[in-house]
Amino acid sequence: MSSNPAIAVSNVDQRSRRDARRDALFRRLLKACALLVLAALLGAALSTLWGGREVLFGQGLHFLTSDAWNPVTGDYGALAPVFGTLVTSLIALLLAVPVSFGIALFLTEIAPAWLRGPVSTAIELLASIPSIIYGMWGLFVFVPFMARIEPALSDTLGRIPLLGKLFQGPPLGLGLLTAGIVLAVMVLPFICSVMREVFQTVPVRLKESAYALGSTTWEVVWDIVLPYTRSAVIGGIFLGLGRALGETMAVTFVLGNAYSITSSLLMPGTTISSSIANEFNEAVGTHRSALIALGFLLFVVTFVVLLIARLMLRRLARREGA
Amino acid sequence: MTSNNKFRLLALAAMLALGTAAAHATDITGAGSSFVYPVISKWSAAYAAKTGNHVNYQSIGSGGGIAQIKAGTVDFGASDMPLDAATLAKFGLGQFPDVIGGIVPAYHVAGIAPGKLVLDGPVLAKIFLGQITSWSDPAIAALNPDIALPNAKITVVHRSDGSGTTFNFSDYLSKVSPEWKAKVGEGTAVNWPTGIGGKGNEGVSAYVKQIPNSIGYVEYAYALQNHIGYARMKNAAGKVVQPNTASFQAAAATADWAHAKNFDLLMTNAPGADAWPITATSWVIMYRQPKHAANAKVAFEFFRYAYTEGKSAAAALDYVPLPDSLVKQIEGYWKTEFKQ
Repeated sequence: MSSNPAIAVSNVDQRSRRDARRDALFRRLLKACALLVLAALLGAALSTLWGGREVLFGQGLHFLTSDAWNPVTGDYGALAPVFGTLVTSLIALLLAVPVSFGIALFLTEIAPAWLRGPVSTAIELLASIPSIIYGMWGLFVFVPFMARIEPALSDTLGRIPLLGKLFQGPPLGLGLLTAGIVLAVMVLPFICSVMREVFQTVPVRLKESAYALGSTTWEVVWDIVLPYTRSAVIGGIFLGLGRALGETMAVTFVLGNAYSITSSLLMPGTTISSSIANEFNEAVGTHRSALIALGFLLFVVTFVVLLIARLMLRRLARREGA
Repeated sequence: MTSNNKFRLLALAAMLALGTAAAHATDITGAGSSFVYPVISKWSAAYAAKTGNHVNYQSIGSGGGIAQIKAGTVDFGASDMPLDAATLAKFGLGQFPDVIGGIVPAYHVAGIAPGKLVLDGPVLAKIFLGQITSWSDPAIAALNPDIALPNAKITVVHRSDGSGTTFNFSDYLSKVSPEWKAKVGEGTAVNWPTGIGGKGNEGVSAYVKQIPNSIGYVEYAYALQNHIGYARMKNAAGKVVQPNTASFQAAAATADWAHAKNFDLLMTNAPGADAWPITATSWVIMYRQPKHAANAKVAFEFFRYAYTEGKSAAAALDYVPLPDSLVKQIEGYWKTEFKQ
């Protein structure tokens, strides 16, 4: 509006300077947000390392390689909880990933439009159920059910040479297998939602072309949809794995909480997080230190698992490039 | 007009009176054992209704309760384990029992009704050591000549969380079995030679209820409420006793409190002829020279109330009030050891 060009220029100048200032401020704010996460993570890792120093440095390798857990004599080993954590999470993924994949495919490729909304919402609702509810359901409903079918499991799967060892044991209804199945139900909605979201991002053009060339639905999914979304799908699986590794209450109720390493999935075990939840309240001195050291170990285990995932992704990408 | 004014004045006076009353009420805090939480909160509500003084109790576990009272952040702590004389002296603390509870072996064997099975300490220890593995074992049969015991494998259920119940149970087994003492010992959490772990009394009750041929140990109230089998026990005097209020009180009355300085004594394996062998209490821990004398005074009044008028509230929750002989000793202890 001004008739003086000099003033107009200085206005523009002022404005761009102000924008630059705001941009810088915004950038710093974003950086602070990201650093906050790093600081929280580092703080948690360091404080668990500090809290567990008495056992971590006092017992050293023994803590990592021993399966003893004796609060009376102060002899602690993390092998049994680490074993239980990995085994239950593995069972959960083995069951949850194929089922999630099936649900996500059904919802994006096959289901009629009117069904997609309700089923998707139902899956998201499953994710919002608190874990203590899963624990109670597991203890009062699922454990008795497992106790009824476990003799049949031992008589059939238990007869297979080698693999059969996994399914032999007393039919208690609780143990590694039961905990793994309950975990599978818990992580399923997380994996499934991610898969469904990313499957929807596959360009219709690609799929239509494949169909036009005479592909079956399975071929389209396996050769077009999955390669296109691979990294996001693996990301979703590891989101589920992260939850399975750290899940506490539901597992505590159905796992049997015994510090033992067994070849049978029907036997009780323990996990890192359920050991902490069980014993922390009444633990003092070395016992408390051992539990905090277990917490630090959970950090390490999760970190290693994520690292392996990253390496796997990178290798896949490289093979693609070659 | 004047009557209206008068009414206003009255209302004002009433409000002032209420205000000063509220200012006189003392709120005290305690923290610790989850074992006593239900009964302390019930006492607290009744005591507040009577006196206007509130007792806020936080159930953070015995270890936490001990830490809080040592740090001086609460007026009293409550612990399922007594502190030893050296620790008490170092921090200037004193301790006394508050209420009694019984721990019972709980079992699930088809055809054996609650209170029918008889066990003794050594057999119980062998079961929990994993040495007696079948219900038809001769050692169990010898104690139960009239019961047809199934030839079934025993599944042991124990607590997975650290607890005063485990502390008293393992202490009892240590007292009656040298082998248990050597191999396992006693503590709020121990290295169980066999079995599965349930979280809390409710977790153990649920497992025992669901798993046929299992045996665990729970507070008496949980065995009653969940309708699971509980065993009779042969006590230190060699007599078979039922778990009930009378046998728990007999244990508290015959335990050798007179020679236990600071009530530093576990009631397990009590000598009385009618004493239940696995009887437990928890201890209130307070400063001998409290920082807030007024708060300490309310705390003593509160526990005096608990020992007298609070008896029925405790019994309603399946706790057992302290026998009068023990209450007398505690009151004597208050007079001599605490600055009031």
